[in-house]
Amino acid sequence: MSLLEFCRWLQYSGPLHAMRQSPIFFPIVATIHLMGLALIGGAVLVIDLRLLGFGVQSQPIAAVAHDAERWLVRGLAVMITTGILLFMCFATKYYYLTFFWVKMAALVAVILFTWSVHRRVAMAGDAEVRPVWRKLVALVSLLLWTTVAVGGRYIGFP
Amino acid sequence: MSLLRVVEWLGNTSWSIELHESRYVFLLVLMIHVLTISVFVGTAAMIDLRLLGKTMTRVPVSQVVARLLPWSELGFAVMIVTGTLLFYAAPLNRYENIFFRVKMGALALAVLNVWWFRRTAYRRVHEWDLDPVPPRRVRMVGALSLILLALIITAGRMMAYQDYWFG
Repeated sequence: MSLLEFCRWLQYSGPLHAMRQSPIFFPIVATIHLMGLALIGGAVLVIDLRLLGFGVQSQPIAAVAHDAERWLVRGLAVMITTGILLFMCFATKYYYLTFFWVKMAALVAVILFTWSVHRRVAMAGDAEVRPVWRKLVALVSLLLWTTVAVGGRYIGFP
Repeated sequence: MSLLRVVEWLGNTSWSIELHESRYVFLLVLMIHVLTISVFVGTAAMIDLRLLGKTMTRVPVSQVVARLLPWSELGFAVMIVTGTLLFYAAPLNRYENIFFRVKMGALALAVLNVWWFRRTAYRRVHEWDLDPVPPRRVRMVGALSLILLALIITAGRMMAYQDYWFG
């Protein structure tokens, strides 16, 4: 079964047809998706602002990153769950949208980056990493997350 | 002159019509408005979670507020500017939208909540600054703030569905 066939099967299966017929299902899921955006935004900013030198200072970076990461994971869980539901409602439409694939690529990239390079730099001792690397890592992270968010917004445009 | 007349007049000004009809400027403003949720609500929510004792519990509350509130305020300023433009692009439509009214009500309450907090409990922040979990009256402020922010997001999203549901 090709990816397109899979999307078609998803979109026209019984429960999905019912979800799409419901006038409130999609709006409610989309709203929760936006709340996930806020949660991820907050957690990412707490970590990356700190890496850039603007965040809370009294604790080592690792402690702040560790605290915020928990909320990042929760935000991601909300986003991915609601995102899959939104996708299922109009799977074939998204299949043909370039921005959907841009968003997915950026999402995979940012998750890999966050839990490899970014995490290593954030969790290292404050004296172990040169500030310029910390700043670079934070900027890459913010750029990737912004790409995911902008891609998401474009998917919804008429 | 009634508010309705003002809104009608505003919608007939040439800039309002131009903004409404300019496909890309309007969508750009809308995109900035939506995506700034991550800055405005995001940082505000992290402060609220600290007030609830749910994150950064080893960082003094006053420091979380001092370092994050400016970002939330920056996000808020962007929200107000882009939000005003979105209102200006279709004044009558927004004015008649029930979810817009709910959103403005929730926004006023959220601002009032912060203003009241700064005038009362936050004046004596030194008494509970280092508490991993702040006193109950502080946690109530954080919880109320989170609820109102969620309501603002919800009502804002639902604005698009008024015609679809009730039209």
